[in-house]
Amino acid sequence: MSAPAAHHYTSTGLDSRKIAIWAFIGSECMLFVSLISTYLIYKGRSVVGPFPHEVWVSPTGEHFKPILNIPVTSASTFVLLMSSLFMVLALAAVQNKNVPKHTRGQRILGSSKLWLFGTAVAGMTFLGFQAFEFTSFVHEGLSIRTNLFGSSFFTLTGFHGAHVTAGVIWLLTLLSIDYRRGLGPDDALIVDIAALYWHFVDVVWIAIFTLVYLIK
Amino acid sequence: MADHQTHTDAPTGEAHVSGEIHHHPGWSTYWKVALILTLITGLEVWAYYVPSFVASRAFVPTLLGMSALKFAIVVMFYMHLKYDHKLFRALFTGPLFIAAVTLIALLFLFGQLVARFGPGN
Repeated sequence: MSAPAAHHYTSTGLDSRKIAIWAFIGSECMLFVSLISTYLIYKGRSVVGPFPHEVWVSPTGEHFKPILNIPVTSASTFVLLMSSLFMVLALAAVQNKNVPKHTRGQRILGSSKLWLFGTAVAGMTFLGFQAFEFTSFVHEGLSIRTNLFGSSFFTLTGFHGAHVTAGVIWLLTLLSIDYRRGLGPDDALIVDIAALYWHFVDVVWIAIFTLVYLIK
Repeated sequence: MADHQTHTDAPTGEAHVSGEIHHHPGWSTYWKVALILTLITGLEVWAYYVPSFVASRAFVPTLLGMSALKFAIVVMFYMHLKYDHKLFRALFTGPLFIAAVTLIALLFLFGQLVARFGPGN
């Protein structure tokens, strides 16, 4: 698939696979905006707690603190942002595989395996943070069935987590190809498509982090 | 930002893959972008912990502005939309625009925006 003969040019002169991924990302924008809309519409309309930013006392006298853990989520946001950096470095390394590397720094920057692995690890770390967050929420009394906040929050962040999971699997697949036969400039498109998906997952989280976690 | 393909900014190659040649930014640009994204994120989190700022009318617009800036930076530099073919730009910004208009319309419809900016508040 990676040989030049396998390119799928359209009448526009653009590769059909790249057009397809952008069209897919466009449709994903609509999906996530619908989920974010639902979250924002239900925001502040939960009858019972726990609430995202406010203390809540249940009728039985039980105290619930604000449930969102901003320091933990800030750390996971940082990890996801760094994963985007690793991803562009992986793509650059694949595109420049044939460029001679003279220094140790150039060899590190030119290692597609290193950056693909780093991106996948960062993605898995983000998922670990999300699993920790979900588990602690459930322990603190918030599930998907507790209130409107719980339903919309778990649906939105769960969908995003599922996309990150798909991205990690995609990255690990690319990494295994890189180990088996090596990824070179002819494979730049397949890495580029994976990178576009990964960055999209990142920009969705940028929106979620602000709208869900930071804005009270 | 746009230091493309210089010797100091080691080349990241040209994107032949779409059938056209587009210059992508170099490695140092990617690091600078990461630094800027980290700084903006730090500012956002810092703003969250300043009670007087949280209580002010500037809080929500400022956070939305910073978030939009981060979004645009990633899309332009990491997703290379700044350098890519205009068809890709249209495929992304078209649905994004429709989605954004739908979001705003829904928020008005369900009273969430009126509650913030309406005459009674």
